[in-house]
Amino acid sequence: MKGMSSIVKTIANISFPIITIYGLYIIAHGHLTPGGGFQGGAIVASGLALLAVAHGTSWVESKVKEHDLSMLESLGALGFIGLAFLGLIMGGAFFSNFLADTSMLFGAIPVDGAANINTGGTLPLMNFAVGLKVIAGLFAIVLVMAIATNKEED
Amino acid sequence: MMNQRNILAAAFLTIVAVFLVFSALFMHPFGEPTSQAMDQYIIDNTVEETGANNGVTSVVFDYRGFDTLGEATVLFTAVASVVMLFRRLKK
Repeated sequence: MKGMSSIVKTIANISFPIITIYGLYIIAHGHLTPGGGFQGGAIVASGLALLAVAHGTSWVESKVKEHDLSMLESLGALGFIGLAFLGLIMGGAFFSNFLADTSMLFGAIPVDGAANINTGGTLPLMNFAVGLKVIAGLFAIVLVMAIATNKEED
Repeated sequence: MMNQRNILAAAFLTIVAVFLVFSALFMHPFGEPTSQAMDQYIIDNTVEETGANNGVTSVVFDYRGFDTLGEATVLFTAVASVVMLFRRLKK
């Protein structure tokens, strides 16, 4: 893919930060509002796919390597299962929410159901891990398919 | 002229149809699950136990963490297989 006209590139450049911020908001507020790691990660990955379609595969290939995306995805998966095992060590059960109701990060309990970002225990951390995994995984799929079809056309 | 296989198939179909009709007749009404104890426990205790306002997230990542682990494994396997397939196509 060679990339599209400059109109498409400009619109993609304008809308990409907005899409990314919206997706990251969905991930960060996964324990307060509808959404979470999977949904927000899919939004961010679709924004990256828009960028890849508008600018062409070779432009994206010069910015980010597919190898690094696979590494990021594995990092997200390791963080997720590492938090689960940390629950086994510190809370006594697999996937135990050991951070809830403590004075540590994300440890507060909402009073009268008031929304607060500093609540949820391990849930926000797991949302971040899954979000990183979904962003890297879906964008790796899009990128590797685009590169493969690109080489076929030449 | 019906042979033995057709008679067997007709009998089997009749049994399945009877089971379907009876289960449709005895279906409990929509929106009223048979057991509500666990639902009520999660609704009552999710804020105190997990500290999350969103009950769905607390179920997905805390009460039913194993399910999410399987989901993440499915995604990981899908990504790994697609990347492996198209990397070979690239050469």
